[in-house]
Amino acid sequence: MTPSAQAQPDLGARILDAERRRARLWRSEFLLVWLVILAGLVAFVLFTVKLNAKFMTSVVPFILGGAGITLVISFVSIALAIGLAGLGALGRLSHNPVANGIASFYVSLFRGTPLLLQILFIYLALPQAGIVLPELACGVLALGFNYGAYVTEIFRAGIQAVPHGQTEAAESLGMTGRTTFVRIIAPQAFRIVTPAIGNDFIAMLKDSSLVSVIGVQELLWKAQVAGRPTFQSMQTLIIAALVYWAMTLVFSYFQVRLERGMATGDRARGGA
Amino acid sequence: MVTEAGHGAAVAPIHVVHPAEIPGALVKPGAEPILKATAIEKYFGANHVLKGCSMTVFPGETITILGRSGSGKSTFLRCLNFLEEPSAGVVDIDGIRVTGDPLRSRSTETREQIRLLRLQAGMVFQEFNLFPHLSVIGNLLEAPLHVKKMQKAEATELAESYLEKVGLIEKRDEFPSRLSGGQRQRVAIARALTMQPKIMLFDEPTSALDPSLVGEVLKVMESLAHEGRTMIVVTHEMSFAKEAADRVYYMDEGEFVEIGPPGQVLGNPRDERTRLFLKRFLGV
Repeated sequence: MTPSAQAQPDLGARILDAERRRARLWRSEFLLVWLVILAGLVAFVLFTVKLNAKFMTSVVPFILGGAGITLVISFVSIALAIGLAGLGALGRLSHNPVANGIASFYVSLFRGTPLLLQILFIYLALPQAGIVLPELACGVLALGFNYGAYVTEIFRAGIQAVPHGQTEAAESLGMTGRTTFVRIIAPQAFRIVTPAIGNDFIAMLKDSSLVSVIGVQELLWKAQVAGRPTFQSMQTLIIAALVYWAMTLVFSYFQVRLERGMATGDRARGGA
Repeated sequence: MVTEAGHGAAVAPIHVVHPAEIPGALVKPGAEPILKATAIEKYFGANHVLKGCSMTVFPGETITILGRSGSGKSTFLRCLNFLEEPSAGVVDIDGIRVTGDPLRSRSTETREQIRLLRLQAGMVFQEFNLFPHLSVIGNLLEAPLHVKKMQKAEATELAESYLEKVGLIEKRDEFPSRLSGGQRQRVAIARALTMQPKIMLFDEPTSALDPSLVGEVLKVMESLAHEGRTMIVVTHEMSFAKEAADRVYYMDEGEFVEIGPPGQVLGNPRDERTRLFLKRFLGV
């Protein structure tokens, strides 16, 4: 045994111990920062406004009623967006000038103008052309078409991220272009785009609040309506903010789980 | 004007068998060539990569194409199954004939003809190109089930027999990410074989491998050669050319400058360029 090894026989264990202590300290400091900021915010609210507990509890069910509509709008709109993006991505990757032209014009127009303008356009401007739709439909169409443009680009990038060798291997085995896309390219692209689609869904959850301007009775609309008459918007908007935040946390949690499942998917699944 | 019209009418070039293209040892007497590549030309933009390359392969032969990097040997191989469209020339594998003509847009019939040509030729790539989302057996079954529409039981039996041949039956349900490079390439060989092609094309199959893994892939390829499978191999492995090839084609700047049995091309090359190449490679 060398002298140095003899002098510190438990060096490895002590280093490990020190690292653990450092990690624990980091975590508690991190948590403390969150608590301090939260406490500060709560104190600010308590000192500036008289919170009426009775009022707060009475409006919570009303505002929460809007959360359901927010979820419905978000799910229907993301489904519409994904459907449009599927077509859009095929168009953007097409060698056909007509298909490619339509798809890239769509992406350019809807990414180049504000979402709020698109919502108002469908609700306020289309009636001049004789197209009158209910508020909810207007909101879903605007969100779906707007997000569809962004998701188109995600799909396109995902498909292009699959190495070209995959196409060559599939074609050398006698697959047609369609079989190659459906059986080989799409499943790999799907894994690549899933995290980005999850992100967009969570963003959509919050952007859906924009449709409150055309009177769709979702979460933010209800919070505004509940607070305005008695000048207690601070209370109602905080409630709405907490609901949005909670929904985001829940979906972020599922997104992380989904991504982890996908990463290990090729090991977990057996057989053909 | 007359010659212009002659070119425009796309008169198919007549295939001429090179005097050195003598049927190999395993070829049955009187057998017709299974692959005829005639006057293949390839341009990448203004870059003239293949300058009228022809090749005749008889069933049961193993062909090796040698040449420096950038000489055009991989491009020639990829022209044989139209992964690269030849700028001119004809490929005929067992009666399926396609003429290279990039000026016309591919009609549905031409695309189908190219697909049939590809079914005749299994291809093994330098980078393996296994399907990462499918297990080993899934990789092998994909094309038999979805291209040939074979019954699952029949296809599985076939796939397993080829996995056995490449010595990887115990990796049947593994995913490609869990295999070594050598194992991946052996799976890729089995995947191509499961389609029961008439001819196998190998595009530098050992070039992306760790030196210690080259041997296991070459062993599989040599055993295929010895059992009389028809194959064309682009490689830098001189030992494979010497051990397994019936005929060696040496390519330089887009032309086959020397064709002959490995003993002659590697041992006693007639062409100055071949001699220089071998000198550098073997230190002769």
